[in-house]
Amino acid sequence: MLTKRIIPCLDVKDGRVVKGVNFLNLRDAGDPVELGARYSREGADELVFLDITATIRRKKTIVDLVREVARNVFIPFTVGGGICDADQIDLLLRSGAEKVSVNTAAVDNPDIIKEAAQRVGNQCVVLAIDARRSQKSSEKWQVCVEAGSKPTELDVIEWAQQAEQMGAGEILLTSMDADGTRAGYDNALNHAVSSAVNIPVIASGGAGKLEHLYDAISTGGADAVLMASITHFGDVNIKQIKQYLAGRGVCVNL
Amino acid sequence: MIIVIDYSVGNVKSVCNAFEHLGVEAALSNEPEQIRNSAGLVLPGVAAFGYAMDALGDLAELICEQVAAGKPLLGICVGHQLLFEQSAEHGAHKGLGLIKGKVIPLPRTQRIPHMGWNSVQFAGYWPLFEDLGRSRYFYFAHSYYAQVDDRQAQILYTDYGFELPCAVRKNNITGVQFHPEKSGPQGLSVLKNFAKMCQKYPKGTLNDRK
Repeated sequence: MLTKRIIPCLDVKDGRVVKGVNFLNLRDAGDPVELGARYSREGADELVFLDITATIRRKKTIVDLVREVARNVFIPFTVGGGICDADQIDLLLRSGAEKVSVNTAAVDNPDIIKEAAQRVGNQCVVLAIDARRSQKSSEKWQVCVEAGSKPTELDVIEWAQQAEQMGAGEILLTSMDADGTRAGYDNALNHAVSSAVNIPVIASGGAGKLEHLYDAISTGGADAVLMASITHFGDVNIKQIKQYLAGRGVCVNL
Repeated sequence: MIIVIDYSVGNVKSVCNAFEHLGVEAALSNEPEQIRNSAGLVLPGVAAFGYAMDALGDLAELICEQVAAGKPLLGICVGHQLLFEQSAEHGAHKGLGLIKGKVIPLPRTQRIPHMGWNSVQFAGYWPLFEDLGRSRYFYFAHSYYAQVDDRQAQILYTDYGFELPCAVRKNNITGVQFHPEKSGPQGLSVLKNFAKMCQKYPKGTLNDRK
């Protein structure tokens, strides 16, 4: 049986892993290659590297990072952050990434999803969505772009469905309201999206304790759970997470 | 030297990285001479079937010729699917035809792509899957799969709402739908077993026959 995946997320800024609260107040969490290798040894199912460097230099550094990670880590990893065309996606895959995530560029030009999927296969194209609860309705979420700084008119559920039709192979769904708070995932959001599409959904933002991960899978219907704060700073390790979930009847690769 | 066939699609580098980590001599190449002189061939692949087959071009014939002479071949993911006769991915495409069967879409009763770690069950014996250790989990990422007509060729299957065939072998040819290069220690042991198999392949056999 297919297992639920446990995915640590490494936000990388200027070559270091950082983690903030609600996308702000960044704190250093170590070297990306070392931390990635540690997670791989501990039994993580996959890794996500998001380059949040705000400079033009990142294009080169991200390729170097992917090459270095790929030489040291033998589990799948996704890379994202500022990817803007199919050529870049191709280059990152050729450098050793298993999947590439797109966010702002796909909102600006949805054809990037179609073009990339036709070239490299749907399974390599991840649509990252930064979702914020709408102030008008509690059961609606709006898509935000440019690292969450810019709200758009797009509805998260409709956008997820459109991306699936265009060839996205997976959705990395981050709740901006929950991110870094450690108060639990937004499971109304997770459930709304995971039941609206037939591609896997990774729940992200808000993990603070083991119970939250279970809730994202059982209540939120997530296929995978992403976390950063709780594992980066040593509160729990991957094995403890998997043992806990297995104890509650979740199928995991332990 | 094992040659990982470089036909310009997707993540082919990771297979080389895994061999390097294992201390196995391997290189990425599309040079016919290097392919002829290799101890074994890996056909990787992350792309659509038609695109991959086109990208392979003239190398297709060379691979078939090498395999017919007994050289070990390992197909991974789309490389595994290319071993079959045909595919229905984005139109009808002819494959290498080394193993009987066809590539068809996964049933839409489950999420597509089949993405993540799934455990494999044995349908037959093949030394490539020896000494896997405790875990039987491998990493999958695909929307199409090879329906195997040659039942004797089927070695592994996995449960994805049905018995999904995920490894085949015929003589010196092996194909795996999952990614051994991305499946942690058990994936690396499959690649290590493949390297052992290549060591046994007598060097120069092809040249002698000519």
